[in-house]
Amino acid sequence: MSLLTIEGVWKNYHGNSVLRGVDLSVDAHEVVCLIGASGSGKSTLLRCVNLLETVDDGVIYLDGDELTDVRVDVDQARRRMGIVFQAFNLFPHMTVLDNITLAPRKVHKVGRGQAEEEARELLARFGLADKAGAYPDRLSGGQQQRVAIIRALATRPSLMLLDEVTSALDPALVKEVLEIIRELKEGGMTMILTTHEMGFCREIADTVCFLDGGVLLERGSPEQIFTDPREPRTREFLRSVLDSRRL
Amino acid sequence: MTAHAAWVKSERQAERERLRRKRSVRSSSIATTSTVLLIVLLVWVFTNSPGWPRVQETFFNPEQFVKALPDVLSGFLLNIKIFLIAEPLILIVGLLVALARNLKAPAFFPLRALAVAYTDIFRGVPTILVIYLVGFGLPALGLQGMPTDLATLGVIALTLSYGAYVAEVFRAGIDSVHPSQWAAARSLGLSHGRTMRYVVVPQAARRVVPPLLNDFVSLQKDTALVATIGPLEALRQAQIHAASTFNYTPYLAAALLFILLTIPMARFTDYLAARSQRRRGQ
Repeated sequence: MSLLTIEGVWKNYHGNSVLRGVDLSVDAHEVVCLIGASGSGKSTLLRCVNLLETVDDGVIYLDGDELTDVRVDVDQARRRMGIVFQAFNLFPHMTVLDNITLAPRKVHKVGRGQAEEEARELLARFGLADKAGAYPDRLSGGQQQRVAIIRALATRPSLMLLDEVTSALDPALVKEVLEIIRELKEGGMTMILTTHEMGFCREIADTVCFLDGGVLLERGSPEQIFTDPREPRTREFLRSVLDSRRL
Repeated sequence: MTAHAAWVKSERQAERERLRRKRSVRSSSIATTSTVLLIVLLVWVFTNSPGWPRVQETFFNPEQFVKALPDVLSGFLLNIKIFLIAEPLILIVGLLVALARNLKAPAFFPLRALAVAYTDIFRGVPTILVIYLVGFGLPALGLQGMPTDLATLGVIALTLSYGAYVAEVFRAGIDSVHPSQWAAARSLGLSHGRTMRYVVVPQAARRVVPPLLNDFVSLQKDTALVATIGPLEALRQAQIHAASTFNYTPYLAAALLFILLTIPMARFTDYLAARSQRRRGQ
């Protein structure tokens, strides 16, 4: 059975439909990459899964539980997944260690000692051991984004949502963030990511989904999508992305 | 683009919305019930206190209320006048002082020092003391052209006192505009003054509107402090009535009028705060 099931999800803003009946299922340990132009609904779909947006129709199940149920405890549901944003959104008034241990301590009621120990382990694993006491504004963008990923990981989510996590970074810093994601995949983490890094998407994804105008137009293996897309819109999108790379 | 069907609300979504509506009805009925209960409890506590009959007679006397209201109301018009004249003056003084504190050139040091001294002194002295000092001190100087009208003196005192607070609010607003905005404007060749005038102050002014309105709500009621030097405004009129009858209901009338004036302003402040919150959320 799939870990996450999205069925017929609609999202409307001011009379415009941003998502138009999206269906998607994600298996445990699967890495799904959402691609598509800006405004195609990739980020909105992630925000709907994290319940940051309320869907206007359709259902989302996580591990068999309906997340879109009106009676669902939103905080409870969100505890089971981690989300990382394009703009890092670290808390500027807290050290790296406090950023990471906040949710484990206050939400999951882990003791400070244990939470900090686990946070330090994660930091060490991702090469940030010496940054534990630093404040976010002392870190580079790549380091901040790695801390944001670690912060999401610290709550032991069963699903990670990564929304354009490299878009705000210098090309030189993108690599270190992608490296973490690669490691997560090796560790068996289930992930949904939106990205403009087509090369990375091709390498890491088990499944690639192309969204266009709020519709999930095409879904397939990276091999198939990138070499033999069925839909003309997909072909067009990939060509325009590749063209911009050549410039 | 593929032609896709327009959205037809599913049965599930309709059910979901029904449930949401039911919940919102339930939460508003809970809110109503708990509010009514609290009010009933408070009224019960007050009306059952041993001194209630005396209090009711002295503070809630309908007859006295009706008798005092016309005078208090006419006095209240003076409060409104004081407020309406003082408010723009305060804005001007506040902005000028805030700008003076931001002058960086060494030649302007005396001006900057004066601005600092002004805010330090007038934020430190209680408003009622400023009103006393201005109300009795200025006319005593006997200078040519010095106003002797009590309401005018009250306006001067309130302007001096509130100008210092408003200057600090403006200064905080100016400081909150990100340095990159300065850099962008100066790099276009705009002088310090023009950068302030066209780039920084417009952004700062928008941000400080809610705290400024808060200060003005406070100013509206502090116009009553002017009563201490004698003009016949609402509080003074109420005092006169109370002194002749030993009944304090006129004070209640004055209080009600002040509340009626400040509530719309307070709600307007809330509205502006909520609006800027929404804008930032997008």
